[in-house]
This record gives sequence, structure tokens and C-alpha cells, in this order.
Amino acid sequence: MATTATVHQTKWWSGGKSPFNVEYGKLMMWYFLISDTFTFGAFLISYGAIRFSQNFWPNPGDIFNTFPFTGEANLPLAFVSLMTFILIMSSVTMVLAVHEGHNGNKKGVAKWLTWTILGGLAFLSCQAWEWTHLLTGEHATLVNGQIEMWSQTVTHSPWGRPVESSAVAAALQNTSPEVLAKLVHEHNHTMSLSQLAALPHDQLAGMIKVSEMHVREAGPVAFGGFFFGITGFHGFHVFSGVVINIIILAMVNNGVFERRGHYLMIEKAGLYWHFVDLVWVFVFLCFYLI
Amino acid sequence: MSAAHQNVSSEISLPQKHSGDFVKRIWKTFWILLIITIIELGLGLLLHALDLPDNTKRLLLKGIIIILSLAKAYFIVSVFMHLGDEIHNLILTIVIPLMLIIWAIVSFMIDGDSYKHMRNKYDKHFLERTMEVPPKTTKPAQ
Repeated sequence: MATTATVHQTKWWSGGKSPFNVEYGKLMMWYFLISDTFTFGAFLISYGAIRFSQNFWPNPGDIFNTFPFTGEANLPLAFVSLMTFILIMSSVTMVLAVHEGHNGNKKGVAKWLTWTILGGLAFLSCQAWEWTHLLTGEHATLVNGQIEMWSQTVTHSPWGRPVESSAVAAALQNTSPEVLAKLVHEHNHTMSLSQLAALPHDQLAGMIKVSEMHVREAGPVAFGGFFFGITGFHGFHVFSGVVINIIILAMVNNGVFERRGHYLMIEKAGLYWHFVDLVWVFVFLCFYLI
Repeated sequence: MSAAHQNVSSEISLPQKHSGDFVKRIWKTFWILLIITIIELGLGLLLHALDLPDNTKRLLLKGIIIILSLAKAYFIVSVFMHLGDEIHNLILTIVIPLMLIIWAIVSFMIDGDSYKHMRNKYDKHFLERTMEVPPKTTKPAQ
């Protein structure tokens, strides 16, 4: 009995067998994913270290609170929830494609792979909207004693500490007429922006209700670089995953894997795609939840 | 059926257990992931809505969210990526190198925290500029 047990324990390493019981390509995909984990890990850990070194960090619920076609409605984390749902769903369709591949079902593989590609494209579209919204949406920011309209870029963040009304009233006196016209125009659409800009400074300042304004100081400079860098790197992975899936789908439809006798290539593409979903779990955690 | 044509190489013996049960397992995992995500979102929104001044309670909530995320990662890797079905050798060769990440998280967070304390102590301007409480007055307007 003891001999049988020993044979069983060591048979993977005694030659004639793959010690990991997987083909070369799949093993190499796993090793690539380990290295990619360290890349993303390094990015997220450096973000964490910088965040730990700051006294103030903006609350994600204040930054990510918009949803397409709902205007100014305050919907914290709603849109990113949709993005997360899309990515989980596309992971499910991918694993179903891999499963159909195990059964050698060409039609099933093609169907689920198509859904996965559509899910990936939907996610990328959502990210494009979110980026555009952050990069173009202007927010009143107190800079050097005057108010400026800032959007979230790689170098500027409008998400600092909230400013008190008394400080806002003082800052309005120093603010340029263009910014004042924009501030008035946000709530008052009876005049066009150019008409407003022609008004005298005092009149414009008088038209602004200080108590209704949400003015913040400049936020941490590092926020934009980390956010766009890491979500961008993840988005690049989603994009390359979509490209890989499209190539694989074309190969499936051309019967390449049918001729080869197995659909193991789907498994490798699947591993990459699930990894993209896995990274999103942590991007979602680090940027949106905590 | 499926067994015959999946003959890849004599060095590899593929598992022959993929059937309808596995599809059920996929959907079960999907629901688990969805429910965990919804709980996470609820806690994240709670964190935002309460805006807790108490650091310990905030860290507790964040800790729960982090543990839930790790659970999600486990389900994705184990079921969707089939790592749970692979042999022990392969699981270890992938998981053990990742332990380095734990060291990196701990040491770099401590480093960031220590940098903050040192700056607050020696650079009063930094403390003034970035403390949590909003400033009472701004610079005198000209």
C-alpha cells in the first residue's frame, strides 16, 4: 500500500507527464497573469501609499455621482455599479464559452464569445463616458483666493475640502467675469453666456446665491494621475481582451479549432478575460468603494 | 461524446467532469458575485452617507468591504478561471509568488502613513493646508 501511495505522490514528476497537468500555452498564460498581477499590484499599492500619506482624500461618492441622461441628479456610485455588473456578466458569458469549448460545441462557443465581446465593448463605452464626464465637467474651485472652473484632469483635481460660504463670498470679489458668468449660467438660463459676460462685475457677483454654491479647494494632485493611469491601464486590458476575443471568434467561425480537435485556445483567452474582471474587482474597491 | 476528441497530448489528462452541473455552478457563482457586489455597494454608500468622524468605525467598514472583495476574487479565480479544479502543483506555483503582494501592501501602507506623520510634525504649512477641518477664513482679499 505504501508503495502505491508513493507512486501516486510522485508520478507528476517522474517523466512522461506534464507536472502541472496543463498544456504549455495555458501554463504560460498563468505565468503572464502572475506578472500582470504584480504590475497592477504595484500601481494600486503606490496609489494606496500616496493616499495614506495625505491628510485629506476626496470621498468617491462625491466624485462618481453622475449617470448618463440624468443631468445633475446625485446618484453616487450608480454608474460604476452598472459597469461592474457588465463586466461580471461578460465573465459569465466567457466561462460559458469555455464550457461549450470543452463539449466541442462550435455554435455554443461562437454565441457566448459574441456576448462576451459585446459586454467588453459596453464596458469600454461606459468608461469612455465616465472619462469624458470627468475631463470636461467643470466645478467651482477656490484657487489663490479666487474661484476658477476646474475639471478633473491628470494635473488638477477640483475635489478638495468644501469651502465655507463666508470664504466663497470673499473669493467672488476676486473672481474673473468669465467664471462669474459661468456660475450664474448654471442656475439661470434666461441669458446667454456671452450676454452675462458683458454685465458689470458687481451685478454678476450679486446674481450668485453664495449659500447655494458648492465650492471646494483644489484636491490632491495625485488623484487624477492614479485614477486615469490605473483605470486607463485596466481599460487597455479590456480593449486588448476584446481584440483577442474577436480574433478567437473569427478562428472559431473558420473552423480552426474544429480541425485542431480541441478548443483549448478559448480557455487561454478566457483566463485573460477573467483576469481583467479580477483586476476590476480591486480597481472598483480602491477607487470607488473605500 | 466529448471525451474522445479532447485528446491534446499524452502528457496531459484532462478532467472529464464538465457537464450540466458545471453550468449550474457557473450561475451559482454569478449570483454569489452579484450579491457580494450589492452588499459591497450598500456598505460603500453607507460609508459615504454616514461620513463617520470615528476613524475606527470607518476602518471597520472598509475592512469588511476589503474582505468581501477578496471573497469575490477567490470565486473568480477558483471557479471562472478553473484554478480550483487544477492539480495542487499548479495552484501552489501560482499562489505562493502572490504572497509577496501581502508584504508589499503592508510595508508601503506603513511607509505612506509614516510619511504623513512626519510631514504633519515637521511641516506645519502642510498640516494647515490639508487638515480635515475646513478653513475658517481664507487669505485676506485685496
